[in-house]
Amino acid sequence: MFQQEIEVILARHLAECLAMPVFLVNPDGDLIFYNEPAEKVLGQNYNETGAMPAREWTTIFQPMSREGNAIPPEELPLMIALSKHQPAHDLFWIHAKDGVTREIEVTAFPLIGQAGRFLGAIALFWERST
Amino acid sequence: MKVEFWGTRGSLASPGFDTARYGGNTSCVSVRGSEGTLIVLDAGTGIRNLGQSLPPTVNQAHILLTHLHMDHIQGLPFFAPLRRPGSEIHIWGPASTTLGLSARLQKYLSPPLFPVSIRELAARIHFHELPFHVIEIGEFMIHAQLIIHPNPTIGYRIQSANAALTYLPDHEPALGGRAFARDTSWTSGYKLAEGANLLIHDSQYSEEEYRQRIGFGHSSLGHAFRFAEASNVKHFVPFHHDPTHDDDTLDRMFERAMQDAQPSYGVTPGHEGLSIDVRG
Repeated sequence: MFQQEIEVILARHLAECLAMPVFLVNPDGDLIFYNEPAEKVLGQNYNETGAMPAREWTTIFQPMSREGNAIPPEELPLMIALSKHQPAHDLFWIHAKDGVTREIEVTAFPLIGQAGRFLGAIALFWERST
Repeated sequence: MKVEFWGTRGSLASPGFDTARYGGNTSCVSVRGSEGTLIVLDAGTGIRNLGQSLPPTVNQAHILLTHLHMDHIQGLPFFAPLRRPGSEIHIWGPASTTLGLSARLQKYLSPPLFPVSIRELAARIHFHELPFHVIEIGEFMIHAQLIIHPNPTIGYRIQSANAALTYLPDHEPALGGRAFARDTSWTSGYKLAEGANLLIHDSQYSEEEYRQRIGFGHSSLGHAFRFAEASNVKHFVPFHHDPTHDDDTLDRMFERAMQDAQPSYGVTPGHEGLSIDVRG
């Protein structure tokens, strides 16, 4: 049976302990975990949704720029961290599943394990108060 | 495969009258295959007695180190075949992100911590870094994987034609979060232990002690039972006993844990001199 890599397990553990929202995706971009603070921002629960394919989570929240333009999946910080293996940061709007539109600020970085294994990416995000 | 226990203690060698039954030597387990291949799991102080027990005709051994904490390497230079000209010793273990296995071991095996350096030992020594591939040693296939314990630490699954042994002497799967044991895909070490005929697993702490030592890299006895249950193993050997636990304390801990866990698999607390013939 499949088992996550140890660095990914520990990343999830860290996320479960943090009070700030965290997203964890695998090398294919599939969302494999988000923590309770992220649930509040996204308006849905990990226990209900489970993992989500990249094509689903990158569009389901309808990310858009301050100008109101839709942001293509490949321009989201997490997808940049995945494709370019470098950190990325951005500020944009999402339509959360609880019906609320929220402005969030996201920092994403690649997850590189022992022996340089590329294991996915992590995003930390904050809901903007103004 | 024949599995023999030469050291079952964790952290620090603990000789004395009150630890004589379980033993005071630190981690060392030997595995013998049907074709005579000798695998040594860790080189704690127990490896000295193993080396003394081997006939001089044994001139090849594979030492598989889980990690380089002192209780797992302290006995290495006292392993008799290492001082025997003509012996061929293969040492397998983890590199760090910046240092190779040999360089990491040299930190201990060199003055002032130890008077003899690795290159002064008489045997031909070969270093092999793990864990990102499957290796074949004699009649065994060895699967290695990082597991939860401070500093790079490897767990091993040793597979023969008809049986599997899993060795996770220092392991804190409960640190993996709320999914521990409930969701095995998020449980450290699960892939190595799934369905094993014999699981040797860290059980250093009582439940009370664990609550004070979360993140130290070890399991409570209760967590070890939960891991064994989730991994569907056939036989479980609690291992890496805390140096402060004397024989009577360990007896009480195992008795209570057995009552709580009501395991459906065999359980034999690890002790020096234990020998198990592992079959499928």
